[in-house]
Amino acid sequence: MPEAKLMQGNEACTLGALTAGLSFFAGYPITPSTEIAELCSEELPKVGGKFIQMEDEIGSIAAIIGASLTGRKAMTATSGPGFSLMQELMGYAAISEVPIVVIDVQRVGPSTGMPTSLAQGDVMQARWGTHGDHPVVVLAPGNVRECFDLTIKAFNIAEEYRVPVVVLSDETIGHMREKVVLPELKSLTIVDRKAPAAPAGYLPYKADQDGGVPLMAPFGKGYRWHVTGLSHDETGFPTNKGDVAGALIQRLMRKVEKAEPLLRDYATESADDCDVLVLAFGSSAMSATSAVRQARAAGVKAGLFRPKTIWPFPEEPLRELASRVKRIIVPEMNLGQLVYEVERVVAGKAPVERLSKVNCELFRPEEILASIMGGSK
Amino acid sequence: MSSGLDYFRQNRLPHIWCPGCGHGTVTGALTRTLAKLGIDKNNVVVVSGIGCSSRASGYLDFDTLHTAHGRAIAFATGIKLSRPDLKVIVMTGDGDCTAIGGNHFIHAARRNVDITTIVMNNNNYGMTSGQYSPMTPTGMLGTTAPYGNVERPFDLANLAIASGATFVARGTSYHVQLLGEMIEKALLNPGFSVVEAVVGCPTYYGRKNKLGGAVELFNWQKEHAVNVKAAAAMAPEKLEGKFLIGELYNKAAPEFTAEYARLVEGVRRKFDDFQGGVRGCAQNSD
Ligand SMILES: Cc1ncc(C[n+]2csc(CCOP(=O)(O)OP(=O)(O)O)c2C)c(N)n1
Ligand code: SF4
Repeated sequence: MPEAKLMQGNEACTLGALTAGLSFFAGYPITPSTEIAELCSEELPKVGGKFIQMEDEIGSIAAIIGASLTGRKAMTATSGPGFSLMQELMGYAAISEVPIVVIDVQRVGPSTGMPTSLAQGDVMQARWGTHGDHPVVVLAPGNVRECFDLTIKAFNIAEEYRVPVVVLSDETIGHMREKVVLPELKSLTIVDRKAPAAPAGYLPYKADQDGGVPLMAPFGKGYRWHVTGLSHDETGFPTNKGDVAGALIQRLMRKVEKAEPLLRDYATESADDCDVLVLAFGSSAMSATSAVRQARAAGVKAGLFRPKTIWPFPEEPLRELASRVKRIIVPEMNLGQLVYEVERVVAGKAPVERLSKVNCELFRPEEILASIMGGSK
Repeated sequence: MSSGLDYFRQNRLPHIWCPGCGHGTVTGALTRTLAKLGIDKNNVVVVSGIGCSSRASGYLDFDTLHTAHGRAIAFATGIKLSRPDLKVIVMTGDGDCTAIGGNHFIHAARRNVDITTIVMNNNNYGMTSGQYSPMTPTGMLGTTAPYGNVERPFDLANLAIASGATFVARGTSYHVQLLGEMIEKALLNPGFSVVEAVVGCPTYYGRKNKLGGAVELFNWQKEHAVNVKAAAAMAPEKLEGKFLIGELYNKAAPEFTAEYARLVEGVRRKFDDFQGGVRGCAQNSD
């Protein structure tokens, strides 16, 4: 029987990464993510992995892309200001299809904001932070155990689909300690990227189908291929042809669109027969869960929908619920970000109410409860 | 023995460089040196940033990585730490390396990570059509210095030495033989090596400053470069307005990836089995 351990969210992310096969970490210290770098510096040498503290966050993401190209599972961890600096190379990882995992432990912004305080203001940045159309997958853990599970999932998705994956944690989830029972190693699925069989005829960006994922050769194994952030054709070399560049972007986007039903991850509670649906993620979902339970205890049919994959958003299950509920409340520690996606998906099937909080304190369940009980404004 | 041409992706040629551009000469010097050293193509990774100079990677028959503006050395650091057995070469421009990439440059030098960095210095941003760079001499013209550059340029070699690079040299596209020799020493130095290659950009820097075309720019290099050995015996007034070429610094120091490997070995001896996550994490701020 695996034993229960008292563990911090950031620690669980790190353990998840190591379990998934992390062997390279580059980072730059920033609250509230620093424990991940510290723990990686301590644990990676034990397993023959590599740790480097780079000169900034741009260097950190550059170094992990380089390491990933040699075949390693590579990750960095940061928070708002550092995540902002990484954006150009998020796009690089997306267009060059180099698997990486970035953990963003959100804090108050913009700018330096409040380093040790809670916010969920990076929802849109995580999706659209870099310029141009691009694929990215964003996962949001709602408790410490999920920090472990979703970091493993992040690596699995990155490796399988050759996309950058963001684990969108937050100050509360990252620093909170909970008693956690980790799963048996044997029960876990660990995905490794698919490599071509031999260098002869290797076309690094040739997909076998619409929205397909090309095979990825590691550097230093005789493939001698070219990687660029310029729009490129199947050979990997730059192209000036607009239709080829366009087809590349379409394929990159299709990779994730097609995979959405497989990646999709969410939790519900009392959602099947609810009148009032609360949609919350990350630390806000902890408060939302108790609010929903209290509402039920008071005889109000409340339910919870908690997306763990935020991008791509789990549209279908929400749409299905939306047609049956009377109201949807979206509590977020920002002035309204995920709510835009909810509104888009719900498309008028039910009124969507935003419940914003930006005073750096976690929602109290009563605040969400009051909204549930309050009825439509 | 293989020839320099064997190290080119010949199906990617012709290149994009203007007639008379010095970047091709430097790239040729590199491939000839690799051929001379008999280095296995499969053990080389060439990393570049963004700029005309940084396009060199695409023409070379290795695993090649054309990154983002200024970031080549940081990507290269990840590759080298990940696979210390590979020969990692960065090809960059004066703008790419010393402006947007300056921070990565000095830190790679400080770590003495075994990367050979070849900086093609044409004193301006060629790719974006001739703006001044951190290596444009004061007073010279650029498309963003229409009245003459008021800033002072970097002395790249001194910057590299002060930052901790263990081999530093300068060559030019005119002194190709010497350039090749310097690249050879750089490749053989187990540490961060910098070779500044002074090259001409006839299309922008040359034209804007009325220095003439490709031939005049080569002549300018010939007339202004002084070998460091000859310079030692020259009076300071004779060196006015000249620049030094040849080996400027060469002093061994511990190399980063080797030191890290030693650390890993030590730690692994202590922890045979991975236990993981046993220590508490203090909460700190900022
Ligand atoms: C982040 C970013 N900023 C600006 C640019 C535009 N840009 C492309 S190349 C370049 C300058 C290159 O100059 P240098 O490295 O000296 O190379 P050269 O073209 O002269 O060989 C600039 C500013 C860019 N691509 N990316
Ligand atoms: S613009 Fe200048 S640096 Fe660029 S290819 Fe032409 S000559 Fe070379």
